[in-house]
Amino acid sequence: MLEVEDLRLSFGGVLAVDGLTFGVGAGEIVSVIGPNGAGKTSAFNCVTGFYKPTAGRIRIDGADVTGRRPSLIAEKGVSRTFQNLRVFGEMSVLDNVRAGTHLWLRQRVVDALLHTPRYRRSEREGTDEANKWLDFVSLRGDRAGLVRNLPYGEQRRVEIARALARRPKLLLLDEPAAGLNHGEKAELLDLIRRIRDLGVAIALIEHDMGLVMEVSDRVVVLNFGKEIADGPPEEVRGDPAVIEAYLGRDADEAEVEAAREEVGGARGE
Amino acid sequence: MSDETGMRAGGGATVQDPPVKPVKGRGPTFVTRFLESRHLGWAGLAIGLLAPFIIATPYAMDVMTSAVVFVMLAVGLNIVVGYCGLLDLGYAAFFAVGAYTSGVLSTELKLPLLATVPAVIVVTVLAGVVIGGPTLRLRSDYLAIVTLGFGEIIRITANNLSITGGPSGIYGIPGLFGDATSDPVVFYYAVLVIVAVAVLLAARLGRSRIGRAWRFVREDEDAAEAMGINTYKVKLAAYIAGAVWGGLAGVLFAAQLSAISPASFTFLQSALVLMAVVLGGMGSTPGVVLGAIVISLLPEVLRGLADYRFFAFGVLLIIVMIARPQGLWPHRSRER
Repeated sequence: MLEVEDLRLSFGGVLAVDGLTFGVGAGEIVSVIGPNGAGKTSAFNCVTGFYKPTAGRIRIDGADVTGRRPSLIAEKGVSRTFQNLRVFGEMSVLDNVRAGTHLWLRQRVVDALLHTPRYRRSEREGTDEANKWLDFVSLRGDRAGLVRNLPYGEQRRVEIARALARRPKLLLLDEPAAGLNHGEKAELLDLIRRIRDLGVAIALIEHDMGLVMEVSDRVVVLNFGKEIADGPPEEVRGDPAVIEAYLGRDADEAEVEAAREEVGGARGE
Repeated sequence: MSDETGMRAGGGATVQDPPVKPVKGRGPTFVTRFLESRHLGWAGLAIGLLAPFIIATPYAMDVMTSAVVFVMLAVGLNIVVGYCGLLDLGYAAFFAVGAYTSGVLSTELKLPLLATVPAVIVVTVLAGVVIGGPTLRLRSDYLAIVTLGFGEIIRITANNLSITGGPSGIYGIPGLFGDATSDPVVFYYAVLVIVAVAVLLAARLGRSRIGRAWRFVREDEDAAEAMGINTYKVKLAAYIAGAVWGGLAGVLFAAQLSAISPASFTFLQSALVLMAVVLGGMGSTPGVVLGAIVISLLPEVLRGLADYRFFAFGVLLIIVMIARPQGLWPHRSRER
């Protein structure tokens, strides 16, 4: 599905991503974790075309999309959400989700000018689709009103619904749990699984270890732009390099043990 | 607490969620419903059709015709500025391109004015591509400055070419239906019908797939791009649509005055059209129509103030923008 090969990205002299290689298979949930500034979002931005990588290859379904513009990558079936919520604030909730239908909605300018049957049909289809995905993410709130009037957690749902209305093959979620309360996180966990059950592959950046360990098929760990681990959650959790990345090099045995407890314990929560 | 969250999460996973009822806010007030009625367009057209029965002096018809042409300009600029959020300070350039194209073709080739319309559309599309192509890669402030420059380039070019008649311009442009019907009332009705169709089509564009794409670009370019909208192409499309609307308004302008000169296409003209869009409410078709009528008729209404009329005009505009920064008739914020 997604293959990232030896990805490098530098800003001036700073290497934000330094030789990252990972893949996401069809129907798989892969989490990318790492301390702040490890290059996770930079890597996502390279994959979705917002940054041009300095070196490396990005392939989607075998097609090379390295350095192409974001809209073209979206056309290949990739959809994303943003770390700091990027909804269209001054538009209605439904319109926000209709943005996802842009790529597949069959409607020409002539149809819109003359209000042909095709126009009416496609508009109805777009609205039905938007409602369908808003139901899917169980949005509570006024769909006809402006999205900026919704509470933060609901706006996050709208953003996910918008990404899903694209009918993606691969969905990239950038810290979807940030700013959510405990109950909302539990609902998010359930939502991510239901998205996977639709056959959508998911790449996830997340700091909430409980969520990551619970939901991921595989975990990729980054530190200083370098990949330090890649494997199933149980394996990554015990990896000394991972614990070191989170704690620092000079951690003594007791601290490593404490960290192991913390990362491991998160699962039982 | 953990019980409650567990229950909610469990409920989502196992049983089907109950259909989520949209939370109803305060219902729309009478005024809101009235202002959002679809029949208001017809009401506006009826007012336009009935106006000559109230006053039909040649001077009044001239002012009213100018106002209707100005509505077309404002609606065209609204596509660029209101829908797509691209600040264009040189919109008069397209007005000029349309007017000069039809003026030159009708006088040099002795074509009837309507026959020049296809050529005008082709030329304005080209002008949109030529001006928009390089400038639309820029964002906000830079775009405004470059469009301002292009507006001046077009005007100065018209001032210096011999085919455009230099500073004295082109005269003897035939009327819309040849010279036979020069009755100002007939001409007014013809312009009114053409502009009404143009307003309707612009409004329909705003409610379509491409119209939504324009608004997405205005709201957040990166998010729009992530949804697969090629923001460059979409912005260029808005620019071209605006150019065609402006160019066709130029044809009507040339037909009305039968003489055009570079003095009609100054930065002041661009600024006035932009003012109509902002005053009426960016992105709102009824608002922009109202704004254009206010901007074009207010100086005439204030004529009694003699030398002070533009002073009063300016003060009134400032008061309106302080009292209603969203415009006289802003774009509706919720769907029906």
